[in-house]
Amino acid sequence: MIERPVLDALGDALCAPRGDGSVVSLWLQAEASDFQRFNHAKLRQATHVEQCHATLAVTAQGRRAETTLTLAGRIDADIATLAAERDRLLALLHDVPEDPFLLLPDAVHPTSRDERGTLPTPAQVVDAVAGHAAGEDFVAFVASGPVVRAYADSRGQRNWHRVETFHVEGSLLRGGQASKLVHAGTHWSDTAFAARLDEARAQLALLGRPAAALAPGAYRAYFAPAAVAELLGLLSWNGFGLKARRSGTSSLARLASGDAAFDARVQMAEATADGIAPAFGADGWTRPARVELVRDGRAANALASPRSAREFGVASHGASAAELPESLELRAGTLAGRDLLAALGDGLWIGHLWYLNYSDLHACRMTGMTRYACFVVRGGEIVAPFAPMRFDDSLLRLLGSGLLGLTATRERIVAAETYERRRLASITAPGALVDGLQLTL
Amino acid sequence: MLDRLESLARRAAPAGVDRWSVRGVVDDTLHLTVRQDVAQAPSRTLDAGVMVTVTAGAGTGHAATADASETGLAAAFGHARALALAAARHSVFDAPYHRPPPARGRHATRVEQPLAALGLRELHARVAHACARTHVDARVVDWSAGVTATRSEQLIVASDGTRIEQQWSLVTPSIQATAHDGGTTQTRSSAGQYNGYCRQGGWEVLDAARFADDGVRVAHEAIEQCAAPPCPAGTLDLLLMPDQMMLQIHESIGHPLELDRILGDERNFAGDSFVTLDMFGSYRYGSELLDVTHDPTLPGEFASFAYDDEGMPAERVHLIRRGVLLRPLGGALSAARARALGAPVDGVATTRACSWNRAPIDRMSNLNVEPGDSTLAQMIGRVELGVLMRTNCSWSIDQSRDKFQFGCEHATMIRGGRLAEVVRNPNYRGVSATFWRSLAAVGDASTFEVMGTPFCGKGEPSQVIRVGHASPACLFTGVDVFGGAS
Repeated sequence: MIERPVLDALGDALCAPRGDGSVVSLWLQAEASDFQRFNHAKLRQATHVEQCHATLAVTAQGRRAETTLTLAGRIDADIATLAAERDRLLALLHDVPEDPFLLLPDAVHPTSRDERGTLPTPAQVVDAVAGHAAGEDFVAFVASGPVVRAYADSRGQRNWHRVETFHVEGSLLRGGQASKLVHAGTHWSDTAFAARLDEARAQLALLGRPAAALAPGAYRAYFAPAAVAELLGLLSWNGFGLKARRSGTSSLARLASGDAAFDARVQMAEATADGIAPAFGADGWTRPARVELVRDGRAANALASPRSAREFGVASHGASAAELPESLELRAGTLAGRDLLAALGDGLWIGHLWYLNYSDLHACRMTGMTRYACFVVRGGEIVAPFAPMRFDDSLLRLLGSGLLGLTATRERIVAAETYERRRLASITAPGALVDGLQLTL
Repeated sequence: MLDRLESLARRAAPAGVDRWSVRGVVDDTLHLTVRQDVAQAPSRTLDAGVMVTVTAGAGTGHAATADASETGLAAAFGHARALALAAARHSVFDAPYHRPPPARGRHATRVEQPLAALGLRELHARVAHACARTHVDARVVDWSAGVTATRSEQLIVASDGTRIEQQWSLVTPSIQATAHDGGTTQTRSSAGQYNGYCRQGGWEVLDAARFADDGVRVAHEAIEQCAAPPCPAGTLDLLLMPDQMMLQIHESIGHPLELDRILGDERNFAGDSFVTLDMFGSYRYGSELLDVTHDPTLPGEFASFAYDDEGMPAERVHLIRRGVLLRPLGGALSAARARALGAPVDGVATTRACSWNRAPIDRMSNLNVEPGDSTLAQMIGRVELGVLMRTNCSWSIDQSRDKFQFGCEHATMIRGGRLAEVVRNPNYRGVSATFWRSLAAVGDASTFEVMGTPFCGKGEPSQVIRVGHASPACLFTGVDVFGGAS
């Protein structure tokens, strides 16, 4: 697993200052991960992955080309490989059209964040699951190990972000019902893992009651923070980016145009300073500590990548090319946790949502399924779980005229995605009480 | 890297284990995009590494490394062996009861115009031309064209003498247009905004996709949709074209039939299945017109291969015949697990990993609906009131792969047996367990198209993998159809 001296060695060897106006940059994404998946509290598959992908980019005279390579972890061999590719890219630039929207950082901003943890060994994880969940139908995934994002360029900038984390996501199942548990952090605790399992068991006891059958229709509903994070996760895909906003393909186009508004209590921001995502991106741009995206229910900033910033003539937020928020937060409200069931009265408690997509992008209308701990509440009391139901409703309405309140406490939902590599992102959200949620199937 | 992998692996492999294997992968991908006639920086990815697998006693462990030296492989073997020993104490299954037989073979995509034959400048020119053709007038407010081309090589070597070399050449073109007219914005694409047209082959794939000039159609349809009325709501007949059928097959046949889901491995993430082990051999999945094959042998389809990643040889197999469910989508290991539970199911060659850094699991490969005997005109002609939908743009389905809701980019009403007006924002919903029984007609070979997706997600850790779906147009009756709110 690479350490800071490797970044410096690669940076010095490949990104020395250049006198010809060209810029060479290096973006590293590395991890040494232990992945374990469990079924029936037994190990289904265990994999150790050591990988470092280096994106080498060269820019000269308004032209740019880039290659992403896997590094072997042998410094001399890696420098030789990267140097050869750098020279190939510099030669290739003659065949690359000039890019009028190319924008490089205009200042040098070194950053460093290095957080060490106490992580479990694979054997410790197996023992913990086997010891605390033996005999139960426990299905789980555990990812653990250090993750690095790093950047170097020939302007002299160096950025380093290394965190050591573990992430347990499990499902405890009984009688067709399932309870979700998440145990994530930087310092592994066998006791804390056992406590999460106990909480899941307690919830399963409620889920053991006979399930209620729901008919399609409008329901008063409480979305727990994990469910709100699912809604915001879909919204993130094209709701907040500047390119989507300007090309008319944003799900928040009506918010941006002023034709629609969220409730005035809705405040959203990309809060990089409070998240786990690195404060710099693949192009060397550092990110503001906070970018307000929705202020008092109305559109504020759109996240701008360097390319969009140049194309549309605004300041860059150093956002990724996809302009996705990576540290999105929704401000808390005033609903106290102890008052939630009473405030819900007669309605649905929705613990999680699943498989969201847009049924009408331009209306910000979403569809998806309820999943895991979902209950019918009557008179402020949980009376029965209900089977997965499909909803189809506008988020502009749910967090607009349909919003009854947001909880006073929030949860940080850490991204569990591991496509290609472990993702460093989070959504921080309160629970939301809404009226008229449309269930369809 | 692959040329020395076998000899280095044999030197680095540990003694005293029951079986070891290495799977080396080298993927070389080039991606070009031109948006609004501005070329974006060409992006190349050279992804290379090795997955090492060790079986020791009752356990199996995997370790991935990009260091393919003898030292690097030895370290990976050490990790894999340690994991195998840890797994042996608490494994879902005992590794020895599934031991893949030795296999030796080669495979390579049939290519007419090799990827190496086209230089960057010429390829840029092709993409730029396709992009420019898409800007038909000022109502098109955003437009782009792109190409992703991958040359992938894989070598599997195992302690039992297995040696499988496979090479693939993969091309995915895409064109997209967003039009704004009369206060409405609509997006149309050549074959889906998530690259439904993807094939094995060389640059001839661009010609097959009509890449050079298809942007004109794409743009005009986006403009046309802006002026179209909303799709009506009601219980209607539904005629799905292949670029929507592929999604319908994928979500409501492919995923439910994955044997590892049925065995419960995916319940913490992707979910389980409404299909249970006792259904194979008797369950009526669809009408008598439904024939579904797992066919990794179809040349040109996106997930064709000669062996899966456990070394099982590829074979065309019916999973559903005349509507009756016969076999699951599970590899040899999952099939052995199912048989141990008393279910007499056979596996198919479909255990695959997305790359060197992930261990193989049950995936869809090429999952196809076989052609029937109806022409498109005959199917349209028998519909009194219905909708013809093309090109998926939205998909959502429950964790048991039962209740679904899908949306399409383009739709045309069918009235009195004739195509009528275009409508916008079409959606439909249903239940997998009953939807396929409403299959009323299956298009003949003239309606059959080979599609696929580069983006099938599944697994923990997550894997996104290429799959193929070929299908004729298909007619369903009594479907819950509706439009959008804008």
